Order: sequence, then C-alpha cells, then structure tokens
Amino acid sequence: MTTVWVPADSSARAVGADAVAAALAEVEGVTVRRNGTRGMLWREPLVEVETDRGRVGYATVAPHDVPGLLEAGMLEGADHGSCIGVVDDEPWLTAQDRVSLARIGLAEPTDIHAYEAQGGWAGLRRALETDPADVVEEVVTSGLRGRGGAGFPTGVKWRTVLQAQAEQKFVACNLDEGDSGTFADRILAEADPFTLLEGMTIAAVTVGATEGYIYCRSEYPDAIARLRDAIAVAAEHGYLGDDVAGSGRSFRLQVRVGAGAYICGEETSMLESLEGRRGEVRAKPPIPALRGLWGSPTVVNNLLSFAAIPMILADGGEAYAARGVGRSRGTQIFQLAGNIARGGVYEAPLGITLRELVEDVGGGTRTGRPVRAVQVGGPLGAYLPADRLDVPMGYEELAEAGGMLGHGGLVVFDDTVDMARMARFAMEFCSVESCGKCTPCRIGSTRGVETIDRITSTPAGAEGRDQLFVLLEDLCATMTTGSLCAMGGLTPVPVRSALTHFPEDFGGSPR
Amino acid sequence: MARAGRQQTEELTPRSARAESVREIAQGYARERGPLLEILHAVQAEHGCIAEEDVPEIADVLNLSVAEVHGTVSFYHDFRRTPAPDHQVQVCRAEACQAVGAAELWAATEERFAHREDVEVREVFCFGNCALGPSASIDGQLRGRVTIDDLATAESGWSR
Repeated sequence: MTTVWVPADSSARAVGADAVAAALAEVEGVTVRRNGTRGMLWREPLVEVETDRGRVGYATVAPHDVPGLLEAGMLEGADHGSCIGVVDDEPWLTAQDRVSLARIGLAEPTDIHAYEAQGGWAGLRRALETDPADVVEEVVTSGLRGRGGAGFPTGVKWRTVLQAQAEQKFVACNLDEGDSGTFADRILAEADPFTLLEGMTIAAVTVGATEGYIYCRSEYPDAIARLRDAIAVAAEHGYLGDDVAGSGRSFRLQVRVGAGAYICGEETSMLESLEGRRGEVRAKPPIPALRGLWGSPTVVNNLLSFAAIPMILADGGEAYAARGVGRSRGTQIFQLAGNIARGGVYEAPLGITLRELVEDVGGGTRTGRPVRAVQVGGPLGAYLPADRLDVPMGYEELAEAGGMLGHGGLVVFDDTVDMARMARFAMEFCSVESCGKCTPCRIGSTRGVETIDRITSTPAGAEGRDQLFVLLEDLCATMTTGSLCAMGGLTPVPVRSALTHFPEDFGGSPR
Repeated sequence: MARAGRQQTEELTPRSARAESVREIAQGYARERGPLLEILHAVQAEHGCIAEEDVPEIADVLNLSVAEVHGTVSFYHDFRRTPAPDHQVQVCRAEACQAVGAAELWAATEERFAHREDVEVREVFCFGNCALGPSASIDGQLRGRVTIDDLATAESGWSR
C-alpha cells in the first residue's frame, strides 16, 4: 500500500481537496490520509506521496489530474509538471523558523500519538513540575506579546491572574479571527489543535483556572469540529479533565460558537458574548485579568499567543526571546493574502521586512501587476504604499511607520486598486459591524461613508470641497479619541493612510 | 398563512409543539454557564430560525427578561427570524477578497439571483480563506478562487 496525504484544511477543501481525496481513494493500493495544510495555500490541494525519499508533493491537483499523475508514476514519486519534490526540502518551508507551526501538515490533526512523538506535551509536563510563579516568569522572559493584535505582554497578564484571589478563575481563547487577511488561527486550529489545547492547559494549571472556553467564530465550522474532536481525544488520554496528565489538577475545556459579529473579536465583547449577551464592549477598567468571565479573573489570549506557549515551556523563554527585533521578541505567523502569488502562512522571527514578505516570500502579486498598496494588520491597519515596504515587522517599528502589526496579516493590492473605495469600505465595514455602544463609532462611521461619497462625487475645485476633507479629518479625530474600543478607534487608520498616501484617488485632496 | 394558522392554534392549546421543543432544547443547556448563544444555535439548527414566539419560551427557561433574549438574538448576524430559503450564497466582501475582484463578484451575484425567491444572497466578512480569494459559500460549502462561472455551475445543479 502507498500512503497518500491530502489536506483536510478548509482552504484546501475550498479548492477541491475532498474530490481529489475521493478520486485517490478509488485507486487500488492507495491509502488516503487527511493531514492539515503545510501552509502553502497557493499550492492546494497539495497531495503528498510517501516514498523512500520522503513525502513527495504534487501541487494544485484536480480530480481529473489523477489518472495522468498515476500514469506518470506519482505513486513512486516520479517527476511531473506539478511535482515539487520532497516537501520537507521545499525552500519556502525550510527558510521559515517554525515554532508554533512546527507540527502543521505532518499528521492527522487529532492523532494524539503523532503529536506526542513530535514533542507534544513536553511544555505541559514541565509546567506541571514547575512552581506557577516560575512558569509565569518563563513566559515573561520569552517576551511574548499578545499575538491577537494588542501586543500586551502575555506573562504580565498571567501574573495578574495568578496573583488575583478568587475561588474560580477562567481561561478563554479568542478564536474570533474576523480580520480580513488573517487566517493563522484557523490554520493552526484545523491542522494542529493539540498545540492550542496544550497552551491553554499550561495557562490554566499555572494561574489556577479549572474551566476554559475557546470562543470560535461561526464562519470556521471545520475548526469548531476539529477542536471538539481534539478536546474529546485529549480528555480520553487524560490531558484534560479531573486529573491533567496525572497531576491531580483539573481543567475542563469547551468550544463556544459565535454568531457572526466582528466586534466579538474584541476581548470584552467576546466575554459578553460568552456570557450570552449582545457583544457590546465593556469599558476598562476593570481588566479581564481581574474581572473577566462572570466577574472572575480570566486569562484572555488569542490562539496564536497560546500556541507559542508549549514551545516556550519546553525549550525555555530565553530560546524564544533570542528571536526577534527590538521589543518584539519571538516569531510571528505572517499571513500572506489578497492579490499575492504565493499566499499562505509563513512563520519567521519578528523583524523580517514587509518587502521580504511581499516580494521574496509572497512572490509579488497574483495578477503580475505592480504592487500598489499593502494593508498590514487587518481592516483596522494602515495601507502602506509600495515605496514604504522596507519597514521591519515589529510592534514599535510598524507603529513608527504609521502601521500596526495586528494579527500579522498582510493584504496585497495591485495597481488597479481604487484607494478611495477602500477608504469608504473601511467606514462602511465599521458601520455594519459596530456594536453600537458608543456614538463616535456607531454614527461616525456612517457619516464617514457619506462624507467620502460626497468627496468622490464633487469635482475637484468645486466650492466647499475642501471643507469636506476638513469634516472627514474631524470625524476621524473624534472616532480616534472618543471610541470605547479599537474598532471605532482604529477605523480612521486605513482611511487616513489612504488619504495620505493616495490622494490622487480622491480626485486630489487639498493637502 | 401558515404562521397565522399556528397562532390561532396556540390560542386553543396552552403550548404548541414548537414551544415544547424550544423549551426542551433550552432546558438541555440551562445548567451550563452562559448558555444563551448555545441555545439559540440549537433552536435555529432544529427549527431553521428563531421565531418571535420562541423568545419568551427561552427567556422563561433561563429566568431572563424577554428583552434580554431579544437583544441577543437581534445583535448577531447569524440568527434568523424566518427560515432560510432553499439555497444560500454568501460572498466575502472583505479587503483580501476585494483585492482579487470580490466587489465585482458580489455585484454579479446579487444581480444573478435577484429574481429567484429560493436563493438568498448575503455578504460575509471573511471566511479565513484570504489567500485563495475571492471566496464564497454555496449552500454551506466554502469555495475559493470563485468566478461567476462557478456560481452558474452551482445554479445549474439546482432544481427550480
């Protein structure tokens, strides 16, 4: 029998992986196994054949390609137009520094024995035999900052929860990854769910939490199903439940599903939603570390933050901190999206430049036209023009360049993009997805759409046109300073960056 | 008309079969922490939507006010007040998909299905398939690198 791997990742499935798997399953002598994606999404469905040399890959396979590939000797790993050779030797993969993504795509996602064989649970074992205060210090030493976008030091957050006195504490994973151009949470949850479970369990046993929730957006049905399976398998093997890995400590974990609200990716909205209410943001303080779920101290981290934890415990905080730039330590999972030739997830130490990611790693645009703008850090991030891509990807470094790291997503646009339309969209998106609690966000976004419409429909030089730009700037200032959370507060960022860098798209601004 | 009929029946019988079912679902989750979203998802999965009449039943089981339950139902895009039509097409309109033609795909999709009452077209902001856009979901199945032709192919498989 020859083992053939076909990813069950939802992006791979979206371009036909299930049909390819079905076609291969019909072939005599073939066993089809479903792994996670390797992260080279532009090559999906990427079929891998186990050979003596290793797993040989065939890219963008369609069901009707299967007979031809078999004919060409695919089951022996023969060369062919779509063959990329031994996948582990692929330069796009070997150039990465995969820490959190180290295990994706190698095995069936809920194969707990494979997880263990690849170094899984080592971090949890170390955490269980270490004093909680020392575990927290290890996380502080790593320099890990919130990968969900806010960049707050994870160890400091955990220390606050550890030191809080309460009968009940919680751990909550934010898997409401609503930012356009970000999908690393989804990939990791689908391809390697135990890494998240291990990270959350380490957090729980460290701070003394006995219950945890993964809040996953409803747009990710495959991730929800995979995580639920993984939780059941982990519980069966004693990694969750009343006696975590034989430690006598208890941790129960469940997945909760959102209901289509972008704002629930904001941590306090997420908490409200988990409690069963409208996802309206809470004013801070009190911070969730002290008063989170049901008023109890709660560790709230993004999936990517939890996913860095097992390695930090297994290899030590120093090893993680040794990577990075400035105050941005460790690695980041960059998501290359939009109009890009080689889209996917790419893990590298912070400090890699935006240009390296877009041009060298991503291969420029998919259309082959020149890059005009790159939006960094999600829909609330700035649009950077093609001549400003030499910025290192770090929290402070990007902030200095007028951008933000956010969740590490990059969306590339070619020279056909209309930046006035993108600015309008930023306001429109905010008006659709605002929770409505504060006026600057709720009303300011609607006024923003109207004002941009008036600007773009008023001829240059017409009377009163200059005042429209003043009005738009005033709206942006009000939203920035007056909004309760980052949604209203950061929506002006893409708008202002479009105005600043691409004034010609607005019919010429007065500046 | 079916709806009016049901309301009349309700006046005659103390609790409809639907109400009993909704209460049973709610009671199944009532002991969990913060169960409302779970209940709403389950009711929608079972009955296709969360009808006006379901809200007081859920509120009663959870000892919440009707306003609290109504507020939660109305806040989230996923919760429907009426059952879905036979076919659903969701097109991602977020930035990454816009970079590869989502605006045009969205406009063409709306136009194509405008005259079909059995098809619901909705905008969605992000399926997490941003590297293989534009993305759309057709009857719950996610598709990448979607073209107008893909929609036509899907439609040709639907009986009218």
